[in-house]
Amino acid sequence: MSHIGSYEDRLKGFSWSIAEQELGYKAGDVINIGWYCTDRVCQIGKAAKTALIHEGISGVERRYTYDDIRLASNTIGAFLRSIGLKNGDRVCLFMDRIAELYIGFLAVLKIGAVAQPLFSAFGDESLFVRLSNAETAAVITQKKHAFKVRKILDKLPHLKHVIIVDHDGKAPLRDREVAFSLDDSQPVDNLEVYPTKAESPSVLHYTSGTTGQPKGVQHVHSSLVSQYLTAKWVLDLRDDDIYWCTADPGWVTGTSYGIIAPFSLGITQCVLDLGFFAEAWYKFIEKHRITMWYSAPTAIRSLMKAGDDIIKKHDLSCLRHLASVGEPLNSEAVVWSERVFGRPFLDTYWQTETGCIVISNYPGMEVRPGSMGKPFPGITGTILDPIRNDPYRAPGKIGLVGLKFDWPSRMRTYWKNEEAFRKKFRNDWYITGDRARMDKDGYFWFVGRDDDVINTGGHLVSPFEVESALLEHPAVAESAVVSKPDPINLEVVKAYVTLKPGFAAGKDLELEIMNFIRKKLSPLAMPQEIEYVDSLPKTRSGKIMRRILHAKEWGEEIGDTSTLEND
Amino acid sequence: MEGMKDVILEYVTKEYLEDDSEPLNYDTPLISGGIVDSFSMVSLKRFLENKYNIQIPDDKATPEAFDTVTKIASLVEEFVGKK
Repeated sequence: MSHIGSYEDRLKGFSWSIAEQELGYKAGDVINIGWYCTDRVCQIGKAAKTALIHEGISGVERRYTYDDIRLASNTIGAFLRSIGLKNGDRVCLFMDRIAELYIGFLAVLKIGAVAQPLFSAFGDESLFVRLSNAETAAVITQKKHAFKVRKILDKLPHLKHVIIVDHDGKAPLRDREVAFSLDDSQPVDNLEVYPTKAESPSVLHYTSGTTGQPKGVQHVHSSLVSQYLTAKWVLDLRDDDIYWCTADPGWVTGTSYGIIAPFSLGITQCVLDLGFFAEAWYKFIEKHRITMWYSAPTAIRSLMKAGDDIIKKHDLSCLRHLASVGEPLNSEAVVWSERVFGRPFLDTYWQTETGCIVISNYPGMEVRPGSMGKPFPGITGTILDPIRNDPYRAPGKIGLVGLKFDWPSRMRTYWKNEEAFRKKFRNDWYITGDRARMDKDGYFWFVGRDDDVINTGGHLVSPFEVESALLEHPAVAESAVVSKPDPINLEVVKAYVTLKPGFAAGKDLELEIMNFIRKKLSPLAMPQEIEYVDSLPKTRSGKIMRRILHAKEWGEEIGDTSTLEND
Repeated sequence: MEGMKDVILEYVTKEYLEDDSEPLNYDTPLISGGIVDSFSMVSLKRFLENKYNIQIPDDKATPEAFDTVTKIASLVEEFVGKK
């Protein structure tokens, strides 16, 4: 029997106090996520239980008990304090999926500082935008990534410390750099955990929009309440589960469900610090007897592409429950997983701003392949008429996904951008930015984004950011970035560019521009195709009409061209 | 083949290796070793196609086939040989 039991029964009289009681938390109490994920778990008798099984790139495995991560997070926390970091400071974690990333995240929270995890593949420009906006005080990183921080250090007056966790002494430490080794440090048994409260800032995740620079999504410590319960009821995490969340903690899934939820539940989880590799992934599941697997549609489609024969070489009978996140899970993937794993991947829908799963499929509830599912108990979801900004009365109509903004892990604002935060609401409904429809039984069905943001491999990329970076290439005069369909990643970035005089269009220049963006922003933002054009479609007022290019890529009707400059 | 491996190794080192990293050899795991991710593979494939004037079908451009310089060279040889 799943934790959620009957979804319909759970809707009746639901209260988040269910989770609060299980956590032993009352409104007004001190609540610190780092403490709940470590000390509290030890206090309830699980100190010796395996918390984390980490497998590195070279296949080296290390195991940490809950007491190990309690001590290790104390040790890192004490070090952070010793160099002057304090509550409220933004501390960026810019590492591969090494143990220090997971434990360091908890340490930052324990001292009351704000954890700002960033994807380690970000280039220096992406890093700069996010660190300068947050006025980050410290970056915890590895020597292989430190060079990116060095490139932008002069432009970051607020950044006081660059903490290198694997400094080997071969090269000298540079300006503002300090070495810290968890293995070589004396473990700290008692750390005074900062007494954060429900509304104390906890995590700052950056997310991309259509226009402007990425925005810092501000979360608070009481997010734990909904992250805990959604993990228990949707991911159905049980005490004897071995859990694998494939998401990187640079993204919200990797923190909400890769750190906060599983550790607060006292679950054993596995981390594989490796890119996608079908054979290695199945081997990992078999080796550790993984029971609950939370992954992404891009990875699932890549597994489908790798074929069923590899699966037959491994005993994956351990898998009990599967779920998916990041982008809509196509029905073919649901049907495929039921066939090869004996159970479907359950699609879960949420975003950085929501902090936890908000619409989902649930264990025991009928799965309609391709559907997002239904709102989590306690969360009111609807489809809004985009003109009237009121819920449609009849099912089946396409509109904007709207949510009543009142669950614990909802973001509190965009960092230093209240105006952008206010724009997320229409008639008091929070707008996710997605379009969908609801069927007569209350299942939501994703239709598309309501803006130009590109969702590639489950990650949002801003066309504006890529266009701005393209303009920094010496050859590019103008650029327009849109998505193009991709069988594995759903959509990928494509750039249309006009060139400056003296530059010749060609394959070598295309590759040069691709690599330029890959290194400046990230591999995700890299255009996978560049098309040279003589001019971009614009309105008479000079605004680039991306939708015309988008329609061309997706084989859609171009629509009204009456405002087109050269129509 | 050795000449091709050197060309590929030099390109991967220049484009994908970060400062202070251990030097690569022909058999260093690139994809499984986290040096080249699945998105970056697209630009590596493009380099190979431009350099050797070939087209590598998407179903052949797998993480397994791109995991080492040796394997990449082997794949490229297959398509250079077909010209």
